Parts: sequence; structure tokens; C-alpha cells
Amino acid sequence: MYVLNQICKIFDSRTVAVRELDLKIGRGERVALIGPSGAGKTTLFRMLNLTIPPTSGTLLFDGLDSRHFSGRRLREVRRRIGTIYQQHNLVPRLQVVHNVLSGKLGSWPTWRAVQSLIRPTEADLALEALRHVGIADKLYERTETLSGGQQQRVAIARLLAQDPEVILADEPVSSVDPALAAGIVKLLIDLSETHCKTLLMNLHSVDLAFAHFPRLIGLKDGTISFDLPAAAVTDEHLAALYVGSQTEAVEEEIFSRAEPSFVRSCQPHLTR
Amino acid sequence: MQNRHSSAPVSLTLPARRHSNFQIVWSVLFILTFLGSYRLAQVKPLLLLEPEGRRNIWRFVTGMFPPDLSWDFVSLLGRPIIETIQLSLMGTFMAVVIGFPLGLLATRSLTFTGILNEREMVDSRRSVFLLRKGTYLLVRAILSLFRTIPEFVWAFMFVRAVGLGPFPGVLAIGISYAGMLGKVYSEILEHVNPGPLESLQATGASRLTILLYGLLPQALPNLVSYTLYRWECAIRASTILGFVGAGGIGQQLEISMRMFNFNQVLTLVAILFVMVAGVDVLSAKVRRTILSRSSV
Repeated sequence: MYVLNQICKIFDSRTVAVRELDLKIGRGERVALIGPSGAGKTTLFRMLNLTIPPTSGTLLFDGLDSRHFSGRRLREVRRRIGTIYQQHNLVPRLQVVHNVLSGKLGSWPTWRAVQSLIRPTEADLALEALRHVGIADKLYERTETLSGGQQQRVAIARLLAQDPEVILADEPVSSVDPALAAGIVKLLIDLSETHCKTLLMNLHSVDLAFAHFPRLIGLKDGTISFDLPAAAVTDEHLAALYVGSQTEAVEEEIFSRAEPSFVRSCQPHLTR
Repeated sequence: MQNRHSSAPVSLTLPARRHSNFQIVWSVLFILTFLGSYRLAQVKPLLLLEPEGRRNIWRFVTGMFPPDLSWDFVSLLGRPIIETIQLSLMGTFMAVVIGFPLGLLATRSLTFTGILNEREMVDSRRSVFLLRKGTYLLVRAILSLFRTIPEFVWAFMFVRAVGLGPFPGVLAIGISYAGMLGKVYSEILEHVNPGPLESLQATGASRLTILLYGLLPQALPNLVSYTLYRWECAIRASTILGFVGAGGIGQQLEISMRMFNFNQVLTLVAILFVMVAGVDVLSAKVRRTILSRSSV
């Protein structure tokens, strides 16, 4: 699906976010990206969903060079990639139904989008999507009145309405409480399994990554630290990934990896 | 700079910010300008307290009482009052019609920078980029031109062009307020949270639909609020416009002032006050309604 070759992203010609990154992601693959904050995960995702261009290097999506996309062609390609953001990125003042249906904006003609804003044209589609994520009763509520976890579900419903081939989930659960987090990750996994969609997920929680993903990529300082099957990732790999980063959360992650059996027994919802 | 978190180790506190030479030079210039203005504008508050000043103020104030509420005078006012409301309403409407599209074009994040344009900037040809930036600069220049010329000067010109009456007043308010609305609209739109816009863009939405689904819903309360405030200003401004013959209650005010009928002036000022307060109440209501409505 994706072939990245020597990708660099430099902001303001000073800050290097991603450096000389090579990556290959096959169709239908499920991959988790882990790494300390500031490793360039979000920047990488913004390049993968074609909202920002790489400074240098080539990014092939489905065999097509991303540099050749522009205008209508670019929008058509973007439609095939769905993104879930850490901060939901919904429009707070709109009703849930409009936020869900905004997933269709890539395929609707403009008049259809205007019409739907006045009276939702595919409310049944929105309802179906919301039912899938378990909040069908919120269809006409104002989005900002929903809790963080519910808003993330609305964002997933928007993804369902968009029906993309690739799902990019950028820390989808870091603003959700841990009990719900596993549920949301599971939902996205099921989605990619049943419809054979490629799934890439940034995760803060190393445990969730191990529990659900066959392939793990460690990202550090804008470049790949390891890219291995989950079973081959060792504590040394993780220690190398997080060494030098001092946030407490990360140290906790390292600790939790050191004694997995203990952690698992305390958090039964993480075990499958 | 005082450190509020006294428990934090020294190494974690921000380094004290040094003032650059640029800042110092501009601060000194500003202070000098301020002092110079005080002298040059001949600010002499004591003048108000001198015998002659006091006498004039006294005559003016006592002349206002009692306000002229005779039927002969009040019956004259119905038409100018309605004319003033219509003038301000049509003027503001025209300002929105002209100002909104210009405001969109003057919004940097829509025309040539920001996340909505990041990819285009790199991919499209340089000429396209320059064209967009050129449009942006041109529109901003037009908006400042509209604003720079005061509304009564516009009215003065339009009275020459289309004759006496409310219409030149409508044109004057329409043009000068379009300049203000356009500028403030663009500022409001630029300060909208870009996150939802980026997520819409990532679904393949076009710029127009991003505007409709992401930008306007977020900005609407501020846009409406500011427009209503401008309507309130337009009622006040239409008074001044009356002075140059653009109709409305201002024309009546000018006649009364010139005839030294200060008691009529008080009546007119009271009416103006009620009108402005009325618009204020109305706009507060509209704002509340907009804020509580969920769709768009």
C-alpha cells in the first residue's frame, strides 16, 4: 500500500521531524507505531494521509508517486485514506450527524454537501455508523456535549462513513480512559480484519501494541529504531527506544514491560 | 520576572527574556509620540472650567430641559426614525454582501498559507502561488481603502453622485463597513481551530466544503456577533450621515442644533439612545439563539 523511500520532513527549514525514513506497508497489514513523544509519529501520519508533503524522498501510495497528486486527483486519493486523530478533530458546534457525514465530503458533489447541511441526506448511513460504534442515540446531539470517549467514537463513525482502504489512527486512545481504550483499539482492529483494511496505529501504550498487532515499528528521533514482528521485539529494543526520554509515562511503560505477567494480572481487560 | 512556582528548580525556570534593540527603539519612539501628541493636540482640561466654558456648557445643558415633546415636533420624527433604521439595516446588509467574499479572499489560511494550502504550495507552479498571494494583498489593500475613508466622506461623495436622501447613506455605510467587516471576518476565520479543518481535508473534502463544514460552523458565533455590533454602530453612524444630507434622524438633529433648539436635541438623543439600546438587546437575543442552535 505504502512504499516510503528516504523520506525527510523538515519544518521551517530548521526542525527535523522525520529523517531518511524507509518503510513498506502491505495491503491489509496491521502495524503499530510506538516511540517516545516527539519521535515524529504524528508528522509521519500527516505525510501518509497526504495532508503535508515530505521535504524530500518519495512516497508511493498504491504504486503512485504522491508528488504527482494535486487538485481533484489529490482529493480522490485522500478519500481512500481515513484518519483518526488524538484530539478527535470534530467540529464541536455541529450535530453528531453532520460530523459523521463529513466523512462523505470527499465523494459528494458540493451541492449534495450543502443540501445535507440543511437536512441530512444520508441520516440512515450516519445512524448505521453510530450503531456500529455503540452510540446510535447521539445522532442529533451537539458534538461538544459528548464525552471524550464518545467523541472518539464519532470520529470512528466518520471513518466508517468515509469507508477508506487505509486507516491511520494517530494515538486514538491517549485521551480516553484506559478501560475504554482497549475497546476502541479492538473496534478498529475488527474493522480492519472484517473489511481487510490496512491499519496503522500510533500507540502510547506498548501493551496494547503487543496485544493486538502482529508488526511493531519503533520510531525514535524521526527515524526507525526497529521494525519487527511483535514476537521478535525484546525488552532491549524497547529500552533502546525509550532511553533518554524522561517523561514519567514512558518510564512506566518500560517498567510495565519489565514485568509483563504482573501487569497483565492487574489489568485483565488487556489479555485476550 | 517573578517565579511563581518557587519550588521548581532553577534549571526549569524560563530564562529571562532580553529585550531586543528593536523593541527598545520602538518603545522610546512610542513614548515620544505620545508626549508630542499631548502637546500638539492642545489637551487643556482646565479650559472646561474657565468662566466662559462653564457658561456655555450651562447654557447648552439648561437649554435641553425640558425636552421638546410637543406633538408638532414629535410627529415630524416618525419618518426619520424609520429611515434611520432602514438605512442602517440596508447599509449593514450591503457591507456583509461586499465584505464577506472579500474577507474570505483576505484570509491567509484560505488563500495561500496554512494547512489547507501546504501541499498546493509545494506542488503547484510558482505562478499559481504568486497569483494567490497577489489576490490576497490586493483584497487587503481594497479593504483598507474602504476603511480609511470615513463614512461621512463616502456619504459626501455619494450625495454628489446620486443626490440627497437615504440611498447615499446606504452606500456610504455599505462601503466603509465592508472594509471593517472584511478585515475582522478574515481575522476571525484565521483564528479558527485548524485541527477539524485538517481532518476534513484528509477525507478528501474540497476547499469549499471545508469552509462549509469546518470553518463557518466554528466561526459563526463570532461572525454574527461582530456583524450585529456593526449594525449598532451603523445606527450611530447614520446620524452623522444625516449631517451631510443622507437623510434619517441625523438630518433632523442637524437642523435642531443649527437652530439652537437644544430641547429638541435632547429628544432626538434620547430616541437615538433607545434605538441603539434596542439593537443591543436584539443582538444579544440573536446571539443566544445562534449559540444554542446545534446545526450550523
